Amino acid sequence: MSKFLEMVYLTRLEHFNAAHKLYNPNWTQQHNEAVFGLCANENWHGHNFELFVTVKGDPDPDTGFLMDVKALSRIVNDRVIEALDHKNLNIEVPFLQGKMCTTENLAMAIWEQIAPHLPGKVQLHCIKLYETPRIYVEYFGD
Amino acid sequence: MGQEKVAVFRKAHFNAAHRLHVMDWDEQHNNEVFGKCNNPHFHGHNYELVVKVTGPVDPVTGFVVDLKWLNELIQQEIIQRFDHKNLNLDTLEFKTLIPTAENIAIVIYQILRPKLDLALDLQVRLYETDRNFVEFPVA
Repeated sequence: MSKFLEMVYLTRLEHFNAAHKLYNPNWTQQHNEAVFGLCANENWHGHNFELFVTVKGDPDPDTGFLMDVKALSRIVNDRVIEALDHKNLNIEVPFLQGKMCTTENLAMAIWEQIAPHLPGKVQLHCIKLYETPRIYVEYFGD
Repeated sequence: MGQEKVAVFRKAHFNAAHRLHVMDWDEQHNNEVFGKCNNPHFHGHNYELVVKVTGPVDPVTGFVVDLKWLNELIQQEIIQRFDHKNLNLDTLEFKTLIPTAENIAIVIYQILRPKLDLALDLQVRLYETDRNFVEFPVA
């Protein structure tokens, strides 16, 4: 059977609440405030993040599943949500150490946490991450 | 037209960090009661605020309250105070009061109530997440 004969996309939505700040430690506080404004508040602020994880591939002919979405949920929860939910992103998350905690960087880091753990024929297609209902980023692994 | 009462609503939003912690309790007790919300490094939310004002429609303007004025009031009194702040560390209101959604709603009501005409009723609904929200005062 050729690859992606009947490609479908499957999305699981998870959510987490976290504190962060946008602050480059190599800059002065004044420069940080000039670039990041309110987001540079040294005492943090926070968000309800909504995470859409989309995988792609062919449905299995026996189960009709691209993959068991409960298994996808477990991977996202074990690898990502447990590390992020009710945490301070700048301080407490090993896979964000040394990175600026923007939504862009967070989406790319989440991709790295999930992609290696998907079943063989399933590919990660997109990480879509809402920081607020009005702001989101998408990362396709490119 | 008589003095029919109408409810009007204005939405606003702010993002903030907080922590649920009772200073008089030890770490273990705080952890038992508040779980992940007790994290000493804080966590945060996108708060969605709905302000409801109920009253008679003014026969001249047709308004219960000028919603542009209400929006400016909410921005000046609530959003500037709480947006991108740490509720525990950056606000006077929650220096000792625990910043649960319940208490935040009460505080917002108490700030706005004196600014509104006594003929108008005020109710505050506050969403901490899409799935958790509170109202004050109760109907």
